[in-house]
Amino acid sequence: MTVKIILRGKEYEVKAGMNLLDALRKSGILPEGVIATRNGEMILEDEILVEGDVVRLVAVISGGSQ
Amino acid sequence: MKCKTCGGKAVVNMRQHKLALCKDHYLEWIPEQTARFIKKYWMFGPDEKILVAVSGGKDSLSLWDILHRLGYNVAGMYIGLGIDEGIHYSDESRRLTEKFASERGLKLHIVDIEKEYGHSIPVLAEVSQRGHGRPCSVCGLAKRHEMNRIAHDLGYDVLATGHNLDDEAAVLFGNTLTWSKEYLLRQSPVLPEHDGLARKVKPLCRFYEKEMTAYAILSGIEYIYEECPFSVGSTSIYYKELLNQMENQRPGAKLTFYLNYLQAREEGLFAEDVTPTIQPLYNCPTCGQPTKYEGKCSFCRMMEKAG
Repeated sequence: MTVKIILRGKEYEVKAGMNLLDALRKSGILPEGVIATRNGEMILEDEILVEGDVVRLVAVISGGSQ
Repeated sequence: MKCKTCGGKAVVNMRQHKLALCKDHYLEWIPEQTARFIKKYWMFGPDEKILVAVSGGKDSLSLWDILHRLGYNVAGMYIGLGIDEGIHYSDESRRLTEKFASERGLKLHIVDIEKEYGHSIPVLAEVSQRGHGRPCSVCGLAKRHEMNRIAHDLGYDVLATGHNLDDEAAVLFGNTLTWSKEYLLRQSPVLPEHDGLARKVKPLCRFYEKEMTAYAILSGIEYIYEECPFSVGSTSIYYKELLNQMENQRPGAKLTFYLNYLQAREEGLFAEDVTPTIQPLYNCPTCGQPTKYEGKCSFCRMMEKAG
């Protein structure tokens, strides 16, 4: 009963049935720094993740000179 | 979560505004808010010629897209930095910028630093020995010089950059930690034109970085996702991560930090015993561009050193 979360090529696994916010916390990922997509659609933190889901995270932070 | 406007499925939730929106209403909301900020901070008028500095990243391409949608007379400027680092960073960002412009029929000016000056940014950093092994300061200097030159030479009224609130809050945070009075006085959504320096504006300065990423994704804008290889481990990213930890616990913390700073600055909190905001400038005898001190500007001194 697992859900896969992928961020910059790194994979995390969490139990199905929890919402995205809990899944991110469990994986040690700060929600402010990512956007989550499932099947190409953006999903929010209250979305319940189900068995077999693959959540791809888009990192939002960029930096460098001003 | 439901869209506050139509009750449909929300795809973006902005906790700091207590506002969730669906795709369609989010793609309306961002340009509407941008137009509001442009007016609020007196950035530019409907008849002015705007040059957007584009890097191929999500913020600058989104800004270009928004200003175009709002009907402004806007062109883009891409500066080729010659950064490769095994991932063809500059080549890819240029390809995406050119693709964006051609798909929308927009005018794009391209400056290639290596072709123009004989050295790429990483090489310039090495030979000029600026930046303590990191090319970021050389990159910033070259970009500022070239942006101003092109805006001036091609007759643009205003130079727009895609700095978002996270960028601004991170800079503010750094300047506050060191109490850099001169910088604290200067940071603003608008830097007025003076003595040959183009007016600079940041129309996205009140949007979170996450919101701009959402806008780019939902608009179908293809942007360079890879980080500039030299920005990995940078102080600005470290500050952004720290601020996001605060935001996580206290939604709105970043926005409040920035907006209260702007208000405090307007009320004169940083105005005593410091150099005036606008100093008279000199002209560089080599390139003719404005410079803070008499003699050659920093860019020309760097180029001289590079040979």
